[in-house]
Amino acid sequence: MDTESTYSGYSYYSGRSRGSHRHGERSRDHHKSRSKDGSRSEKSVTINAPPAEPLLGDSSVLGEEVQDDNWGETTTAVTGTSEHSLSQEDIVRITKDLEDSVGLDCRRYFSLTLAVVLGLLVFLTPLAFLALPHLLWPDKLLVCGTACEGLFISVAFKLLILLLAVWALFFRAPRAGLPRVFVFRALLAVLVLLFVVSYWLFYGVRILDSQDENYQGIVQYAVSLVDALLFIHYLAIVLLELRQLQPAFSVCVTRSTDGETRHYNLGQLSIQRAALAIMENYYRDFSVHNPALLTASKSRAAKHLAGLKVYNVDGPENNAATGLAHSQSRAMIAAAARRRDTSHNELYYEEAEHERRVRKRKARLVVAVEEAFTHIKRMQEEEQKKASGDVMDPREAAQAIFPSMARSLQKYLRTTRQQHCHSMESIQQHLAFCITNNMTPKAFLESYLTPGPTLQYGRERWLARQWTLVSEVSVTSGLKEGAIFLLKCIDFSLVVTAKRIPYIQLSEEFIDPKSHKFVLRLQSETSV
Amino acid sequence: MSFIPGQPVTAVVQRIEIRKLRQGEHLILGFSIGGGIDQDPGQNPFSEDKSDKGIYVTRVTPEGPAEVAGLMMGDKVMQVNGWDMTMVTHDQARKRLTKKNEDVVRLLVASLLCNASPFVQTEFAI
Repeated sequence: MDTESTYSGYSYYSGRSRGSHRHGERSRDHHKSRSKDGSRSEKSVTINAPPAEPLLGDSSVLGEEVQDDNWGETTTAVTGTSEHSLSQEDIVRITKDLEDSVGLDCRRYFSLTLAVVLGLLVFLTPLAFLALPHLLWPDKLLVCGTACEGLFISVAFKLLILLLAVWALFFRAPRAGLPRVFVFRALLAVLVLLFVVSYWLFYGVRILDSQDENYQGIVQYAVSLVDALLFIHYLAIVLLELRQLQPAFSVCVTRSTDGETRHYNLGQLSIQRAALAIMENYYRDFSVHNPALLTASKSRAAKHLAGLKVYNVDGPENNAATGLAHSQSRAMIAAAARRRDTSHNELYYEEAEHERRVRKRKARLVVAVEEAFTHIKRMQEEEQKKASGDVMDPREAAQAIFPSMARSLQKYLRTTRQQHCHSMESIQQHLAFCITNNMTPKAFLESYLTPGPTLQYGRERWLARQWTLVSEVSVTSGLKEGAIFLLKCIDFSLVVTAKRIPYIQLSEEFIDPKSHKFVLRLQSETSV
Repeated sequence: MSFIPGQPVTAVVQRIEIRKLRQGEHLILGFSIGGGIDQDPGQNPFSEDKSDKGIYVTRVTPEGPAEVAGLMMGDKVMQVNGWDMTMVTHDQARKRLTKKNEDVVRLLVASLLCNASPFVQTEFAI
């Protein structure tokens, strides 16, 4: 039956040579009409189901086999997990915890300790410079005069300013773990270290060894160290914060599943920092990723493929494997092009029907919510004292009016395929929130009628720990014109393209305000 | 001239040759023109079709070279020495008429029916 349907597919649906073939194959057409119906109504029950997505990216690490969709249906008994065995969820959870705790935190704590050590070294160095002469050769030291003591105050305040500045710039909770080291910070740390080491060298050789008595000179030396540290801090501000403020690149971010695109202006950043900036904007600007909306196109694509089967009638030929694949795919493309496809028709009517259904459900929902909101009224302060009857707090009020709108809300969410984004608990919380803040029913409904950004939904939708940066060039190199990289998540990826903002040449034109003069358009007369 | 599609159009077209008169250091023709593609055609008192942006004679000085040659007030100037005057700006028309190296201008004018002399009447249908 299958072979016949393929054959009829070729001959019956060929558009070009339809007329000529008709005569010769009239008898066959009668015979094949039944099989034609069969092929058209053939559902895609093919067992080339796509493998179920593994829960973590790397199933080979777990050693688990990829689960098949039809797995549970053929077994006669599904045994539960005993106390001594681990189910797959447990294994996933354990490895995820391991990864989180050991991998990233190790690197984070390492860099944190390095930074703390460097900071302590930097702060204690001037104090050491000032204190060591008093400890090692107190009797030989010249008395510190007024100028020298004035310098003490200057050292103290400059150190305080340095402390505050370092706290402001560096003591912030790290907001992301980047794949490679942050180049500028590393360079600055190395610079500071070299600087301090060279000062110590000089101090050790020229002052400690020779036991210099000129205490004022030593104090001035310490002051110069603190000044230079403040200048390095200025350099840090410029390199880390100021340089990327001026926009130099315009990046275009496209989501791979539904094509939603946004453009952002970024400064001169490395690819990993640019990726971080884009991610932060992603959570605010892009609407939440809803895989349920993509099933329609996938089923259409599956139907395209399911209608045709290509059989290899010449037997297995291993030597011409690639040639075989080419000819197979070419045959499929040719057959698909020739087939008279009515799927566009179905799509059109389906979409129109869906639109109508959504609008009807939305109308019912709006009416139900408005009616529900009329049942409660905010009690004023004076009335509260009298406390007649049932006085409720916002949560109880929300729970009281929720049942009247629950059904229509659920139906609407189901029609727009958003039902997995909102749980009952979150809806009731949102309702209590709206009641507390005197919002109208329309304000309450707005978050359900349009899909909002990912920020709006619970934290479990953020998938914040699962982003991968895919790039052909090193991620610490800067953004360049035409740079392309990917930010891959489990379900989708963001394709980022960078373009340089062009150099804009502005020219000036001066208009004298007195030059705005007008005349009436008359019939002018000239004598010749 | 006004134009009704399908009906014959009656226009009186004649060639007029004006010899310029020297007055001081200027060569004058003795008439005034109005109109042009940069002017407001609705204010032209002489045109029948108020969207006609052609050059019209608005005044003829008495005893001037133009009156002597037979130019009348209200005539539409169509050509000057072969140059087209139906689609020119007012200033371009003035320049064409006042070229210093030309002594004589030969105009092709279209007149209103009542003004024309009978033996140069032409009638043509569109």
